[in-house]
Amino acid sequence: MMRFMLLFSRQGKLRLQKWYTTMLEKEKKKITRELVQIVLTRQPRMCSFVEWRDSKIIYKRFASLYFCCAIEEQDNELLTLEIIHRYVELLDRYFGNVCELDIIFNFEKAYFILDEFLIGGELQDTSKQSIPKAIEEADMLQETMEEYMAKPTF
Amino acid sequence: MQQIQDQAPPSMVKDSRMVEADEEKLIKKELAALKEQVSTPTTSLKQMRECLVRLIYCEMLGYEASFGYIHAIKLAQQGSLMEKRVGYLAVSLFLNESHELLLLLVNTVLKDLQSTNLLEVCMALTVASQLFPPDMIPAVLPLVEEKLQHSKEIIRRKAVLALYKFYLLAPNQVQHIHDKFRKALCDRDPGVMAASLHIYLLLIKENPGGYKDLTSSFVTILKQVVGGKLAVDFNYHSVPAPWLQIQLLRILRLLGKDDQITSELMYDILDESLRRAEINHNITYAILFECIQTVYTIHPKVDLLEKAAKCNGKFILSPKNNLKYLGLKALSYVIQQDMNLVLQHQMTIIECLDHPDPIIKRETLELLYRITNAQNVAVIVQKMLDYLRQSKDEYITISLVGKVAELAEKYAPTNEWFIQTMNAVFSVGGDMIPADIPNNFLRLLAEGFDDEVEDKQLRLYAVNSYLALLEKNNIHYPQRFLQVMSWVLGEYSYLKTEAKAEDIIQSLHYLLGKCSASLETKAWIFSAITKLFRLTLNVKVLPEVLQNYGNSMDSCLRQCSFELKQLVEDKEIMNTVLPLDESCNDIVVDASLSFLDGFVADALGHGAAPYKPHHQRQEERLSQEKVLNFEPYGLSFATSPQISSVTGRQSPTGLSFNSEISCNSTEAGLKDSDSLKLDGVKKVWGKEGYLRKKKESKEETVASPNSESDVTADFTSTAEKTAGLSAEEQEKKLLASSLFVGLGSNNLVSLMGKNQSTTQKFRRKSKIVEGQNSYERTMSTQKAIAPPLAQIPNLMDNVLESCNPFQESKAMLLRKTASDSAEVPTEEPAQESDEAWNSSNNLKTIRAVPSASKESISGLFADGNFDIVQPGNCNSALVAHEPNSSLSPGLPVEFAEHSHSKFELVCANENIALFSCKVWKEDCLLIVLFFTNRSSIEVTNATVNFALTDELQACESTDFPFPLVESLATVKCQLCLQMMKPCARVLLTGHVTYHLETSQQTQEEFALALFLTDFIRPLKLTTEEFGHLWLSLSNDVKQNLSFTSDSPEALTVALRTLQQELKLHIVDIIGAEGIVACQLLPSTSCLLHCRFHAGILSVWLRSGCCVLPDCLLYECQKVIQKL
Repeated sequence: MMRFMLLFSRQGKLRLQKWYTTMLEKEKKKITRELVQIVLTRQPRMCSFVEWRDSKIIYKRFASLYFCCAIEEQDNELLTLEIIHRYVELLDRYFGNVCELDIIFNFEKAYFILDEFLIGGELQDTSKQSIPKAIEEADMLQETMEEYMAKPTF
Repeated sequence: MQQIQDQAPPSMVKDSRMVEADEEKLIKKELAALKEQVSTPTTSLKQMRECLVRLIYCEMLGYEASFGYIHAIKLAQQGSLMEKRVGYLAVSLFLNESHELLLLLVNTVLKDLQSTNLLEVCMALTVASQLFPPDMIPAVLPLVEEKLQHSKEIIRRKAVLALYKFYLLAPNQVQHIHDKFRKALCDRDPGVMAASLHIYLLLIKENPGGYKDLTSSFVTILKQVVGGKLAVDFNYHSVPAPWLQIQLLRILRLLGKDDQITSELMYDILDESLRRAEINHNITYAILFECIQTVYTIHPKVDLLEKAAKCNGKFILSPKNNLKYLGLKALSYVIQQDMNLVLQHQMTIIECLDHPDPIIKRETLELLYRITNAQNVAVIVQKMLDYLRQSKDEYITISLVGKVAELAEKYAPTNEWFIQTMNAVFSVGGDMIPADIPNNFLRLLAEGFDDEVEDKQLRLYAVNSYLALLEKNNIHYPQRFLQVMSWVLGEYSYLKTEAKAEDIIQSLHYLLGKCSASLETKAWIFSAITKLFRLTLNVKVLPEVLQNYGNSMDSCLRQCSFELKQLVEDKEIMNTVLPLDESCNDIVVDASLSFLDGFVADALGHGAAPYKPHHQRQEERLSQEKVLNFEPYGLSFATSPQISSVTGRQSPTGLSFNSEISCNSTEAGLKDSDSLKLDGVKKVWGKEGYLRKKKESKEETVASPNSESDVTADFTSTAEKTAGLSAEEQEKKLLASSLFVGLGSNNLVSLMGKNQSTTQKFRRKSKIVEGQNSYERTMSTQKAIAPPLAQIPNLMDNVLESCNPFQESKAMLLRKTASDSAEVPTEEPAQESDEAWNSSNNLKTIRAVPSASKESISGLFADGNFDIVQPGNCNSALVAHEPNSSLSPGLPVEFAEHSHSKFELVCANENIALFSCKVWKEDCLLIVLFFTNRSSIEVTNATVNFALTDELQACESTDFPFPLVESLATVKCQLCLQMMKPCARVLLTGHVTYHLETSQQTQEEFALALFLTDFIRPLKLTTEEFGHLWLSLSNDVKQNLSFTSDSPEALTVALRTLQQELKLHIVDIIGAEGIVACQLLPSTSCLLHCRFHAGILSVWLRSGCCVLPDCLLYECQKVIQKL
């Protein structure tokens, strides 16, 4: 099971955080600080895995963003790397050539996509078709509702 | 509004490049504005949505925004779809499972689950599976269950995942829907099926035996996936559904472990998976990695192993670091089966040892740790210590330090090396070192091993090395190291005859004066000084010590110095209190405090009130008080015996300030605090065990030289070949030969029992290692000794045939009926035959009351129609005939009056058999275990040992030794159990070890399934008492159970059945309502209130323990369903 997922920039600014295990706010902050520190100091050609406390940290960098997941001992490191990759593909498909700013301005969308992809730290759906479809459906409905609400009522 | 929406986030973003202080000011301002806006009643839902999005952002930046939590919940509740979506998101990001505000969300989730809008249902399911308070699960469970039949696959999938999460949180509550999981597994949508695999992985991990029948289904699914039968949509980089494949491989691994028949089903598909995964992409490597693990876990097949080994080579030789890392990880897994693989990759491993990436180095060390033996231990430990010196990470240090200490104890070549390595461990490990390492080390020194002379040398060497270390000035040693040093110096300085005790005292005194030592360490040092004074008559330093600490601010040190003063004055007391070299002798403590008896009698004689235990006092208070009591009662009953058992034991390092004082105040206590906690040691290392070990190790030393010389010969030849290589290469080769020495094929005597096959320097090991060893030993013995399942019925036949003739005919008849009924193709032949047997014999045996036990029988013995000739059945029938044969266990008369279960065979091989019987006594569950010697020779030193989990507690010892069991005789032992933590089912595991004449010790493992109902007893109450108790209990659960019958007698029927099946006590039945009471042993009461109306039985349970009502409700459900 995935324990948490963090997205942060090269400057160490947190862009997205999703925790699948119960933790105190204070603890979360401490972990985030510690991990950002660890991951940012890694050399570029090094292994994408880091042992950290009793879990493994899997990270991958896309442009200026680091995607970083914590998994348990029995989980498969390479597979987690591909989970990150698929998440980026999904973001890319939704935003169209996704960049850090997309995630900053529409971070709630990024969360919605993540929620369709992973539930409680387990993979829910991997399809590049059905996940964007589910999100788009919700968006569409939202837009039509907004239009409907904007119309003056007589 | 539009304006704000567009403007605000960028302003917050820009500042990421601003100075921190500016950012903080800006966000604080923003938060203040938001706080005002959310609390304004005129804020529209749409504005609220915007506010929440910004609050999420602020929280992410690390600013507290808890004032918005309640608004997030409100938005999820009130908003229309779009607001709801943000509301739910905010809730799931803001709150965690234990947050109290979540209670307010439950109704919203309930409402949305019932909504006709798909999106609302989706959102509710998502939030329910992300965070949901465990105690609220029953509220939504029926609705989520219902969604498993929904027409949309996305809903079904989410429902399955939500149930998976519920299962993780509260397994007892989801137990009744196992059938529905099967339906999900067969769902027409692969996504739903994939989701259900999460649950199955978990279930199979807990109980692999129960799901063997699904193996072929999983294999078929995997075949279809690998064969590309799924929609293209499931592909990932043109690999078909890799996630699904991996999940299935993991499940198969669990199913095929130690099971040849099941393993055979999956050989083909594993072969195909290995073959198919050819594309050079991460995802195929991920699949390969799982494949390798599966192939090496299940029952081995030679050509698959070869293929997997070849694949593993691809990983290790890959230039990519990620793959190399996984290769090393797979290798350290694989070498548990086949050491030879390491030899193939020697050079790569050597290179990885100097890899720039620490994680690869670390994984290499992990691998080396697993191949350590007596010959390469020095090199490997050196590498580990090198790594430790560079690493700063606390977790890595702790785990590596433990490993070094373990290896050093196990394989140390010389005393000097051992002491020096341990010194390095203590100084590198610093204060992070776990307490058990110094404890084990000191215990090892104190107990010594086979050879007196050797012991003395080791101790003397330790003393010398510590004295040398202490002479160095200005070096800071970690606290634990100082403690070890002072203990050793205090105990064993007498061995060093040339040194004067007062010099050592002087240097310890100096150490004591240094402020770097912690209080605890100071206490250790001081007691060392005290001990040293028994060696010297020269008390010149004494006044100085006493002066310095006699009026120390610290009361502990002050007391120590007073004690020292007294002891020095009276040498006789000194010698009795602190005898030389007796640190490992047990100290006899009168735990029953019998010496106070006279005092107590006097006090009672003078009219003092007799002592009442804690729970009795509490009960009395309860009965006096008429008001509500909010304290959970069950808890305090349950913990009190544990607490008392803990206080009796003390570990020297975990010693707190207070305990130090209390220890030192009594003379025996002082000794206890200085030396180690050694109680129980004698038992483990009894005379026989000690001797046996010695013999074994002798045999091994005889065996090893050959193999050693072979291997070194191997290496010398390779070294010759490579003579022309560069110096650096040479060095690496040299390292390789020192690392991989002793791993040649000749040494592969027993792969699982690696630890046994090598000579062992020190016998004492850390507990963990012992556990592993014994586990490994059982694994290997099981493989060697345990007959295949199909053979067991034959063995049973033998047992029966050795019974008396008339009994035999009875038994034969019975077997005939059983086998007749087994021919009927039913799903559960075991059950059928049971019933057939019962009716045909008309014997009154008490049927196993817990309804779950039947399932367990069929689950435990699902493979092979084993219980068709279940010996238990026969034997309980024979009890009525007063069997003469000593082979058939009979229940002692004193238990026959209690209700008891049938006899069950728990474990058997050609020599021995174990039968168990549960006796439901009033105050405990009594497990009577019969140990039968079936062989023609006598069995010696048999021991039955039960391993108790947290849930269970035994009244007395869990070890039962039988020094001698004659041929064809049966002996019995009994264990009284109580349930400390309620759970529906718990496995009582244990093992039996025995010797057949002179042969080696054999060990068999067994497991017994115990059920909640085994521990439920009627609680006899009057209606009034029930009323009082009802009000005082705080944890309750309510549930409506549908009930087919609608007759006026229905309630009575239901309650009578509950009474019969679950051993409840019916307090009263008034009209359509009934009250029932029971207690969980030892003393947790649970009350039921049942109401029957229009075909529905509403059950309301209350208890002092929060889990018990759930568990009991589950049992009631099962009983009622059967009606």
